[in-house]
Amino acid sequence: MKHDIAGVFGASLRRKMVLQLLVVAACLAVLLYFTIRSTADQAAEATQDAILGAATTSIAEQLRGTEDGVEIDLAYATFSMLGAIGQDRLFYRIDISGETVTGYDDLPLPDDPPTSLAASFYTRDYLDAELRIAAVARSMVVAGRSVPVLVLVGQTRMGQAVIADRLANRAALLGLGFFVLAVPLSLLSAGSVFNPINRLAEAVGRRGPRDLRPVRHPAPRELAPLIGALNGFVARLRGALAQTETFIAEAAHHIRTPLSTVRTQAEIALRQSESEETRTRLRAIIRAVEESARSASQLLDHAMVLYRSDQLEAEDVDLVELARHVARAFGPTAELKELSLHLQGDDAPLMTRGDRLLIESALRNLVDNAIKYSPPESEVVIALSQAAGMAVVEVRDQGRGLSGATMPQLAARFSRGGNVADVVGSGLGLTIVTEVAAALGGAFRLTPRDGGGTCASLSLPQR
Amino acid sequence: MRQLVIATALILGLAQAALGFEIEDERRFGPETAPEFSVLSTTDTAIFAPIIQAFLADRPGIALRYVVASSQEVFRAIREEQAPFDLVISSAMDLQMKLANDGFAGPFTLEFATSVPEWAHWRDRLFGFALEPVVLLASRKAMAGLEMPRTRRDLIDLLRANPERFNGRIATYDPHVSGAGYLFATQDARQTDAFWRLAEVMGRLNARLYCCSGEMINDLEAGKIALAYNVVGSYAATRLPQAPDIEMIELEDFTVALLRTGFVPRNAKSAALGAELLNFMLSPEGQAVGGGVVPPLDQAALRPHLRPIRLDPGLLVYLDRIKRMNFLGEWDAAMTQP
Amino acid sequence: MRFLLVEDNAELARSVCDLLGLDGHGVDWAANLADAADCLAVASYDLILLDIMLPDGDGRRFLNDRRRGGDETPVIVMTARSAVSDRVTVLDSGADDYITKPFDLTELEARVRAVLRRRGGAAQTVRRYGDLSFNPLTATVTIGAEARDLRNRELRLFEILLAAPDRIFSKDQLCDRLFSYAETVSDNAIEVYVGRLRKKLSGSQVRIETVRGLGYRLTTP
Repeated sequence: MKHDIAGVFGASLRRKMVLQLLVVAACLAVLLYFTIRSTADQAAEATQDAILGAATTSIAEQLRGTEDGVEIDLAYATFSMLGAIGQDRLFYRIDISGETVTGYDDLPLPDDPPTSLAASFYTRDYLDAELRIAAVARSMVVAGRSVPVLVLVGQTRMGQAVIADRLANRAALLGLGFFVLAVPLSLLSAGSVFNPINRLAEAVGRRGPRDLRPVRHPAPRELAPLIGALNGFVARLRGALAQTETFIAEAAHHIRTPLSTVRTQAEIALRQSESEETRTRLRAIIRAVEESARSASQLLDHAMVLYRSDQLEAEDVDLVELARHVARAFGPTAELKELSLHLQGDDAPLMTRGDRLLIESALRNLVDNAIKYSPPESEVVIALSQAAGMAVVEVRDQGRGLSGATMPQLAARFSRGGNVADVVGSGLGLTIVTEVAAALGGAFRLTPRDGGGTCASLSLPQR
Repeated sequence: MRQLVIATALILGLAQAALGFEIEDERRFGPETAPEFSVLSTTDTAIFAPIIQAFLADRPGIALRYVVASSQEVFRAIREEQAPFDLVISSAMDLQMKLANDGFAGPFTLEFATSVPEWAHWRDRLFGFALEPVVLLASRKAMAGLEMPRTRRDLIDLLRANPERFNGRIATYDPHVSGAGYLFATQDARQTDAFWRLAEVMGRLNARLYCCSGEMINDLEAGKIALAYNVVGSYAATRLPQAPDIEMIELEDFTVALLRTGFVPRNAKSAALGAELLNFMLSPEGQAVGGGVVPPLDQAALRPHLRPIRLDPGLLVYLDRIKRMNFLGEWDAAMTQP
Repeated sequence: MRFLLVEDNAELARSVCDLLGLDGHGVDWAANLADAADCLAVASYDLILLDIMLPDGDGRRFLNDRRRGGDETPVIVMTARSAVSDRVTVLDSGADDYITKPFDLTELEARVRAVLRRRGGAAQTVRRYGDLSFNPLTATVTIGAEARDLRNRELRLFEILLAAPDRIFSKDQLCDRLFSYAETVSDNAIEVYVGRLRKKLSGSQVRIETVRGLGYRLTTP
């Protein structure tokens, strides 16, 4: 009874949870990327500005007013240093009293002229590039007069862009790494959340078919409603199963008791009646009752076999012990016909695994058949052996044989051999045996014996 | 000579007749009919020809026009005339740096990523392809009986001790005229205070000032001068085999090393070919070809006293007009002793 | 023999009592476990026929309790259930055998005999007739000093005849008693068994007489 579980159930909760965790991780990774990027950009710009500002201030400080003009001494190292970070392009301009004395005289001026040695920064397009420009103002005494001096140093920011790109790549890698790390972690955490459920499912799955105790497996509080519902269901199932078994037993009781009464009454009447006609009728009644009883018995047996095959209960079964039981139960019946019923190969246990009741039911039907179809004073043998990993029980009789009927025909429900009209039977016996063999992974064969009679062979996997 | 070249150019009616800058030489390499690309260079054609021929050998369908001009003219041609060249080569690093800084160089993709050290290129614009020591040349004859100087201090002592022998017989670049001379002088001044003492000593001995390395070597060879200070090494090296009298000295306190640099101008018409030639010069093959005449840019061969001039914005400082004015003023003061 | 029948279905109980009575057995009937306990308190029985589904409880538990109380009276359980598990638990609870309803009287007798034989039998079971003695439990006929074993059908035939000596039983009557109704019996089957029984009784004064056209009877001079 396997169902396609994926078909029955919808989307996986676990997948949903992993997906959500991953989405959160992806958002965090993107956030991480942009945070690092913008922070790095700002840090790089601040650093570059600081260097540019310091250089500009340093140039401004090296200007000296003299009696006849201004002494300008640009420091080689200052320029060298400014180019060091990203090999950026460099432009400068020195204005005294509003007139450019050296440098690039078209270098853009700031909107608000700076008022101190603290550099002010601005960004402008110049020539073919975007410049970050630092402006520093100071005043000098030239020829006894105070004059304003403006120093501008402009720099492209390609180096900063390279640094920013590099940092962005790192940030992207970091974000990606974070995300990649989040994948197994998400799976892991989803696993740890769903593990109790899986363990619970395993614990329930491990149970035998007859184990209908309530589930007491420790589980997280969140699963309590589920376990409650499961236990409720188990209880109802237990009730339903108990009812099924009780029903079969009750049915047997209610069918057989009145049949017994009829039979016994008929027998009494038969004993007392002297009329041949009445006696014939009574015999017919008794035969009919007998037939009904047998049919009822086999129908109920068959129902039991079907019901138990669905929920196989596997236990170790000793076929020798089982055969002894059956032989003993049938002893008096065989004796009545002066049949010799005995066991062969019963000196060592012969183990198989399966439902004891099913096996016994099959064996009983085989022996019942054998006794029924055997002529008086003949022999019925229950032979136990093993062959090719199978435990084999053979019931051999010296009866009338199969007279050509095929196995499938004989095993079909309510079908009987063509030569049994005079013997009471429902035709279900061999069906039961065949079904039991199939349910237990074994096989059932009927073969004619040399010199008359039948050998019914039931083989079951050996344990 | 210069006038002669211009005249020739005019007579031939070539395109560069329109050029507003002064050139020293011009030569076309490659097949007559092939499409050409042009190189503007400060390096003499004779020295550069092997590299060009090696380059064209593999590219039969291409011709190359090689124009030689002084470094100042090269600078002016690119900056003011926007002359359409596909590769600009110059030994005046400061001017090249300024051109690149001011946006005249286009981007260039280097195919030999590891072959150019960090200090020998500026971004993806300006690349050094040859490293040349700037040396002191001495006439063995004139130095007879004296020990060859090994440092600037030695040189100063030597000049001070033998004023009669060296008076009027010591030569160096005129920084007013020569861009290279100005660069060497400023780099010397950056490196050591001894430079100004040396300048004063040379001024007192009535040093002779030249425009070019070649003429200094000529006069040295001819015995007109005894010492030539700050001569580009490769020029001397090509002449030494024929001039056994001349000794080349790399001063041990420090020897400035000059980078010959190239860039592909932003307005190049055949930028791809210009870049290809520059790549060729930087390639192991090109470096090997140039090795005979142009010293390769070999970082591993850097001797400890060599101070390569780094390609960085510091080079812009001495191009500042006030800074230049101040420097040349000081130089003149040193040269003109009372 | 004296039986105690514990069966809640009155109709069935009465007919079983009648039928056993016809064979000369004494039967007391208890309709429930309480009555059964009362009967057992005042009388002793050779065998108890016990139904297991009774209005005041489960026959198996009753049996179990009696066994633990030291009551060793042989018990045959009459069960309407076919499932083997029931039979097994029946035997586990101390029953000597079980028989499935509806049952053949001959089968019941055979089982009773088997049980009693296993238990060593009641003392007064040996019957004497003429110059022979008959022990139905051991299925032996002793003539003088010689004990002869009877086979099952010979034994039952002898029992039927011995129950009413000198009475004439028709072949039909004997057939009904000797064979199951499920079996088809040929006309000469009775003659075969009568012939065999006569051979076993040879040397004795007891004879089976053929009353031509009527049947057989057991006589002794």
